[in-house]
Amino acid sequence: MIEVKNVVKNFGENIVLNNISATFFPGKINLIIGRSGSGKTVAIKSMLGLHKIDSGSISFNQRDFSSISKNEQQNIRKEIGMVFQGGALFDSKTIEENLMVPLIMFSSMTKEEMKSRINFCLKRVNLENVNNSFPADLSGGMQKRVAIARAIVLKPKYLFCDEPNSGLDPYTATVIDELLKEITYEYNITTVINTHDMNSVMQIGDHIIFIKEGQKKWEGSRNDIMSSQNKDLNKFVFASEVFRKLKELS
Amino acid sequence: MNIFSLIGKYFLFIKKVCSRPNSFLVFYKSFLNEVFVLGVSSIGFVAFVSLFVGAVVTLQIAYNLENPLLPSYLIGLATRDSIILEFSPTMISLILAGKMGSNIASTIGTMRVTEQIDALEMMGINSASYLVLPKIFALVFFNPILITFSMFLAIIGGWFFGDITGLCSTTEFLDGVQYFFIPFNIFYAYIKTVFFALIIATLPAFYGYFTKGGALEVGQASTKGVVNSSILIIIFNYLITQLLLN
Repeated sequence: MIEVKNVVKNFGENIVLNNISATFFPGKINLIIGRSGSGKTVAIKSMLGLHKIDSGSISFNQRDFSSISKNEQQNIRKEIGMVFQGGALFDSKTIEENLMVPLIMFSSMTKEEMKSRINFCLKRVNLENVNNSFPADLSGGMQKRVAIARAIVLKPKYLFCDEPNSGLDPYTATVIDELLKEITYEYNITTVINTHDMNSVMQIGDHIIFIKEGQKKWEGSRNDIMSSQNKDLNKFVFASEVFRKLKELS
Repeated sequence: MNIFSLIGKYFLFIKKVCSRPNSFLVFYKSFLNEVFVLGVSSIGFVAFVSLFVGAVVTLQIAYNLENPLLPSYLIGLATRDSIILEFSPTMISLILAGKMGSNIASTIGTMRVTEQIDALEMMGINSASYLVLPKIFALVFFNPILITFSMFLAIIGGWFFGDITGLCSTTEFLDGVQYFFIPFNIFYAYIKTVFFALIIATLPAFYGYFTKGGALEVGQASTKGVVNSSILIIIFNYLITQLLLN
């Protein structure tokens, strides 16, 4: 479980996160939604310690991540998998080498065991025979799947995804969503996804937090969205004609 | 950012770089890779420049020693000293600052803007040490080899072009090269080379590591890395010379 309490993050005069509090549960897809520039990416990067917060606390299973030393943070990070918006695969390394990096660094596996784990993870994300390819040889969707495979290779307790569907066609986006959902339930991972893709929200959002201008405006499940009276949320979620009609129908 | 905070930031970065590698096997593999990517790939370029600059140095010295009272072997002697004291350690290091520095800054800068460095940090890896420490060791190890190679080729270039143009015979040139040789000059050249290698490895890496933005900023980081490392090389060239030769 991840607990975020009264987190404030400023960049100079600009308040990007304003007193955000939330709890993210294991075995659930936790979504942070909001318009572009609302502070979603900063929220995720602050949770991971990539941005230093100005006040508040972030704890992973009662371990206060925001007040511990860099070395202790590194130890917690070994339990975290992250899928970046652009995949962030190491482009000078093959797919197998990309997945090998965390294994060599932090596992005591033999080379054969590592290869077996890599093949398992690649198969889990429906990719095979790409071990010797370079990231540039793969499509955007395949790169995202490799990024997911790399994120789960060390069997993380926490999985963070920053807009995993950005730049993907609707079908591939659905494939990625389903994959994240399956992995979360199968391994009981605390998954936190940052998105503004409404299809993802409706398809996989077990627990959703809506942020506007750095402030938490709403919290609930995908089923609650349809009946919500929150004006800001409704303006964001039902921005398109299709979703407005869907709401009327429900 | 003022100069003092920039220097402070640089030394904090160096402190982060110089921490113990997470895995010595990975470090060793990266070190070998950097020796090849940064060092071995520069051999041809260094050879070409050294051969021709050695020739030019000899021709210019011969041009300035037209007085018949001065013995011709002085051409070999002056060529040797110019190459060992200044051309190979300093000029080749400046050229390498351009080639290696732009490679280092743009590679690390691109990794920063495409979130690859964030990905390393997320895996619990000290990204600065993982990316930069092997480069430092590779350059400190291989640049003296490159400089030695450059010294030999520049002297050979000087001898060859001096001989075929008839400005200085082989015997006279070789006499000059061996005359009044001071071994300390070689030590001085290596001291400079190691200092310059540290500058070439760390300064462009520093600018690349803290790149923010996109392709334009990666280009700017690369330019800053090369220009500032060249300036530092010139300054340290003076300081080391003042300390060791005076």
